[in-house]
Amino acid sequence: MSAATGTSVLSEHTRHEIDHWIAKFPPGKQRSALLAALRAAQHQNQGYLTTPLMDAIADYLGLPAIQVYEVATFYSMFETKPAGRLHVSVCTNIACMLCGSDKIVEHIEKRLGIKTGESTPDGKFFLKREEECLAACNNAPMMMIDHVYYENLTPEKVDQVLESLK
Amino acid sequence: MSQDLVNLEVDGVAVTGRKGQMIMQVTDTTDSYIPRFCYHQKLSVAANCRMCLVEVEKAPKPLPACATPIAEGMKVFTKSPKAIGAQKATMEFLLINHPLDCPICDQGGECELQDLAMGFGRDAARFAERKRVVKDKNLGPLVSTDMTRCIHCTRCVRFTAEIAGLQELGTTGRGEDMQIGTWIEKSVDHELSGNIIDLCPVGALNSKPFRYQGRSWEMTEQALVSPHDSVGSNLSAHVRRGRLMRIVPRANEAINETWISDRDRFSYEGIYASDRLQAPLIRKDGRLVPTDWQSALEAAAAGLKSVVATHGAASLGVLALPGATLEEHWLLARLARALGTANLDHRLRRIDFRDQDADPAFAGLGVALADLDTRDAVLVIGADLRHEAPIIAHRLRTAAMRNAAKVVFVNPAAFDYLFPVAAQQVVPAAGMTAELLALGRALAEAAGQPLPAALAAATAPSPAHTAAAQALAGGGARRLVLLGGLAERHPAFSDLRAAAAAIAGLLGASLGYVPDGANAAGAALAGVLPHRAEGGQVATARGRDAAAMLSGGLKGYVLHGGLEPGLDTTAADAEASLERAEFVLALSPFAPESLERYAHVVLPIGTFAETSGTFVNLEGRWQSFAGAALPVGEARPGWKVLRVLGNLLGVAGFDYPTSEAVREELKARLGALAGAPAATEYRGAWRPSGPLTGVLAELPLYQSDPLVRRAQALQETREAARLRAVY
Repeated sequence: MSAATGTSVLSEHTRHEIDHWIAKFPPGKQRSALLAALRAAQHQNQGYLTTPLMDAIADYLGLPAIQVYEVATFYSMFETKPAGRLHVSVCTNIACMLCGSDKIVEHIEKRLGIKTGESTPDGKFFLKREEECLAACNNAPMMMIDHVYYENLTPEKVDQVLESLK
Repeated sequence: MSQDLVNLEVDGVAVTGRKGQMIMQVTDTTDSYIPRFCYHQKLSVAANCRMCLVEVEKAPKPLPACATPIAEGMKVFTKSPKAIGAQKATMEFLLINHPLDCPICDQGGECELQDLAMGFGRDAARFAERKRVVKDKNLGPLVSTDMTRCIHCTRCVRFTAEIAGLQELGTTGRGEDMQIGTWIEKSVDHELSGNIIDLCPVGALNSKPFRYQGRSWEMTEQALVSPHDSVGSNLSAHVRRGRLMRIVPRANEAINETWISDRDRFSYEGIYASDRLQAPLIRKDGRLVPTDWQSALEAAAAGLKSVVATHGAASLGVLALPGATLEEHWLLARLARALGTANLDHRLRRIDFRDQDADPAFAGLGVALADLDTRDAVLVIGADLRHEAPIIAHRLRTAAMRNAAKVVFVNPAAFDYLFPVAAQQVVPAAGMTAELLALGRALAEAAGQPLPAALAAATAPSPAHTAAAQALAGGGARRLVLLGGLAERHPAFSDLRAAAAAIAGLLGASLGYVPDGANAAGAALAGVLPHRAEGGQVATARGRDAAAMLSGGLKGYVLHGGLEPGLDTTAADAEASLERAEFVLALSPFAPESLERYAHVVLPIGTFAETSGTFVNLEGRWQSFAGAALPVGEARPGWKVLRVLGNLLGVAGFDYPTSEAVREELKARLGALAGAPAATEYRGAWRPSGPLTGVLAELPLYQSDPLVRRAQALQETREAARLRAVY
């Protein structure tokens, strides 16, 4: 394995993003940039990570590949299997649950015709299996789609939101 | 000093520990045993199994003994109701997902979980829910997996990351979905990775070749010493009814710590290889046919006598594998000299003998193995250490990681060393001498010393040489210059050694060797050399070296130890020379098909596991062992066969009752040299000169000797499938 593999798989933008994060840490501590690197690579690849991408990150950061796999599989923000482009995460923790998040999940499942953990056949939406508290309990129930919060949800509001996304 | 000591009380007994130690490290020196799974003295503290929870006075909750530093006046209770309660609760959680398959588990009977479950487990489970099941991983031909049994102690992960230096295993997923594995389908390839089998406290990682072969209580344990490299790693052989079932490490802090290489661990399969010689063979009508010992020995003695009588003793050559025991080497040396020949050698892979008079009494490391860890600077010349002697590579890694040792390599290829290397000078084999000379000149110039005569031909050093010289000379004074196997096999070994010795002189460093084979030191001490008698004394008559013997011209050969021409020798035309000989006697555990082409009498001898004997390692340490397994077929220990041969040839004083008697005789002759560390100062005055002829090729890890070449599982590894490099 060489740096050459890393450069061909990772886009210029991704590499730029990783470099930006490496610079924030002391020399030799580039492992700290791993989360940011995985996030950038996942964006580059329309929402999920592939083994070549993770290997490329390992090369780029000078880490054993297994350390990249460990982090990628640990965090729920990273997908290691093909998934839809837009990640729909409905919070189902206690506050949202008390305010009716179960109904929201049910509504989305019906509307998109998929279960949690699945993607729509057109590859547009991916409904995450389980999302933990995203710290928006004051406006529960809530969901997050690609880092944007949508709060005080009702089935109608969910329809509007999903309609508005391309 | 006194402020570094901490007084505490464990189970009512006052004990003293060093500041910074953990409770577990202190209690391990006392009678208070604390149960544990994830803690291992050689690995970092993970504190994730929670089995070692103990009660500490004034602490509100039980604390993990492996991760709690001791403090002055601390009172630890390892057997209090609170401690035992915590340990039992931990055990209950550990057993929730652990399958109850002990009856078919290879770990059964030697399982830490099983043992501790006896003491801390409940007799019935309260957990009625679904148990987790984890898919097994394919980690290659050496390690078998049953991942549902895994308790996530992460010892294996920490071993690959911290000891091997190449993290091959990891923990993927989290919570209930956490798994130990490689995530992608991948074998564990590091040459020490078999140690994860011993580290695993449960039956998740086991030996694949040993899978379902036996139970721990059926076997007896016998001490052995590794027959593959000059380190002399201590092994335990597990033997059932005379058959060697598996090899595990025997801890020896001074040599192999608690690790052994995969080659040491799995090579035992070769003992029972399909081409193992079952009975003596004798050539009849142009073919080798089985015969009885008496006829074979008589034919052997007659053949040798006839060669000596017809062509003179100088036409007889004796070649021994460096991995034979000290006793076999001594008897061979006596036998050869009694027959009147000085053509006697064990340096089968060396090709440059020009400066052999400068050889030390035996080639040694120059420092004790344990002292490798504390070197400040090491110059390694012509060595692929991870392949030649994995334990030395491991110790050098320890020096670099723990002691920030500056390690400089001069090699014909860039080998991967898994630790920070100060400089790696990669030059083609033909340019290695010039490279060393320039490095030496850079050292001399930096130190303002006159250029030693051996370095006179040096060209002006490049900035890279100056930087490497700075790395070597810049730090502490514990330095070592090491000549490896590639240097030994190099066509210009004499040049390399003279330059290395001059550099060692400039650095005030010891000069060491990593010789080929398990017992090269023993062979040299026994005088299996054409120019030396026992103990390094100059021989009265000078014979031909191994390369000269094998390049033809001799009428008779004795080949000891199962050596195979072309595989154990560098000389390319070795087999052709043997085929031209009138009489070839081979003492061999194996019957490779090449024997059919040149041997006249073949005597089956035991492998290292089937004979008593002694190996002298590269520190000069004598390690004797008793035969562990019963010899296969009609094979007999090599020293016994040589003894009878000596008797038949009428050699006086050849009636040794035991192998110990052979050893003691040699020991008495060696005097102070027996057991002494290698004196490695270079006595020669060689000037690097020679034009380079000959090829320097890689000696693949699993091709080093006849036994390992027949170990099936090792031959199925990715390492064995790699193409052999020529430099």
